[in-house]
Amino acid sequence: MTIQRLFIANRGEIAVRIIKAAKCLGIRTIQAYSEADANMLAVQMADESVCIGAAQASESYLNIAGVVAAAIEASADAVHPGYGFLSESPEFARAVEDAGLKFVGPSADTIERMGDKVSARQAAQAAGVPVVPGSKGRIESVDEAVEVAAKIGYPVMVKAAAGGGGKGIRIADTEDELRSLAPQAQQEAAAAFGDGGLYVERAIKSPRHIEVQIVGDGNKAVHFYERECSIQRRRQKVWEEAGADCLDEETRENLCMAAVALAESVSYRGAGTLEYLYDETTKEFFFIEMNTRIQVEHPVTEMITGVDLVQEMIRVSGGAPLSLTQDQITKTGHAIEVRLNAEDPFLHFMPWPGKVEGLKIPVGDGIRFDHFMYEGYQIPPFYDSLIGKLIVHGTDRADAIAKMASALEGLEIKGIKTTIPLHKALAADACVASGDFHTQWLEPWLDAGNL
Amino acid sequence: MAQVLSPLPGTFYTKPSPEAEVFKSEGAAVAVGDTIALVEVMKTFIEIKSEIAGTFTSYLIEDGTPVQAGQALAEVAG
Repeated sequence: MTIQRLFIANRGEIAVRIIKAAKCLGIRTIQAYSEADANMLAVQMADESVCIGAAQASESYLNIAGVVAAAIEASADAVHPGYGFLSESPEFARAVEDAGLKFVGPSADTIERMGDKVSARQAAQAAGVPVVPGSKGRIESVDEAVEVAAKIGYPVMVKAAAGGGGKGIRIADTEDELRSLAPQAQQEAAAAFGDGGLYVERAIKSPRHIEVQIVGDGNKAVHFYERECSIQRRRQKVWEEAGADCLDEETRENLCMAAVALAESVSYRGAGTLEYLYDETTKEFFFIEMNTRIQVEHPVTEMITGVDLVQEMIRVSGGAPLSLTQDQITKTGHAIEVRLNAEDPFLHFMPWPGKVEGLKIPVGDGIRFDHFMYEGYQIPPFYDSLIGKLIVHGTDRADAIAKMASALEGLEIKGIKTTIPLHKALAADACVASGDFHTQWLEPWLDAGNL
Repeated sequence: MAQVLSPLPGTFYTKPSPEAEVFKSEGAAVAVGDTIALVEVMKTFIEIKSEIAGTFTSYLIEDGTPVQAGQALAEVAG
């Protein structure tokens, strides 16, 4: 049975994106909204809409029982969770399944398995996907740490086996350093967690964040190439590209095929992303986690492959097989997306909810703007600060950067502060132009006053 | 009597975390720069600080409810 009435359990730009995809598939849309979101664009665009609770997300978009009850009440036959909110909640996926509705994403069991770091790492290893080399379990002595480090290779990171939050973490470049640092890490771990057990893994300094887009139908999976998302602030992606020009063909092929192998080994259904750390000096990549949902930056992949990923994930979740085989998925050129947040980049990125007084959107070949604004729209303060995504597609990376710079000149959002000035500065930066950056690059760049 | 106003719209909190005690209870001493409350705006918590010294009178808004920019949040007797 294909999906006919799709309930959208999300808001903002992704809700608009899902409605557009559903309309192309001839599916009727039912948009959920909180009391603070009655005026949002997705409510105006959807065929039907239903209020699911108060402004606070905990009483609306995060309320599993409330969302499921609203979907049943609206006679929906499927639920699209978008990203964030309940999109990676196995409890939510299970509640939707138990209510006899289709969840647009993987099964609750798959979300659970891939959402847990330890079981995801085991699944990756079982599928032959490299993970960050580390000790098998906890380590009790310095000698044992030295023995493990010799096997996995320096530099190594020593951290507390118990707890997290950066307590007890040390990085050693040599055995001598490890011998002096490991006892300190042990003491700190014992003081913080009452447990001096350690864990040793390879330290990847200044890694790049590379990820692979996959879609599976529960049987077969295909990849849509990689994205490079190393430009981050506080672990939030700021600027994203498809593809990753730092990879050679062989590494790219290995990275993408490893992702397909892992997705097929867990009988993956829906859209998903495998995130890797990439060490440019050794050309090694390591699986870190899988996101079992559509991602914010999916449009760059759509630009280079010409495939509508949201339509494809809805189709396979309705029970259809993949509409494409791997050899039908090709890529052309290079795409870049920048995230526009309602924040003041000149004032510590202070959030800036307000009224959109004017909106000028750049148009042209290879320019796309995904957003949920209109003139007079009051951006509510209760949710994420993401207000839109500007995406460009060029013949190559240099062309895409030039296109981004000119598209940013043509974009105007009046009445609020946005991160447009940050993106203009990045598009004009020499390191960005040469591709010389990593996940630890943007914050020092900002601290150095480059904006 | 002075009112502490919210500089931004968002969700108002009288406590640093759900399990914690309120920032200020009735009769507590307030110094300039003391944190009186939090306003969560777009997933960022903004500390609301007192601009005057005095004695805390009361919160004017219930914990965990939406507030507008410029809305009075609490009263301090100077």
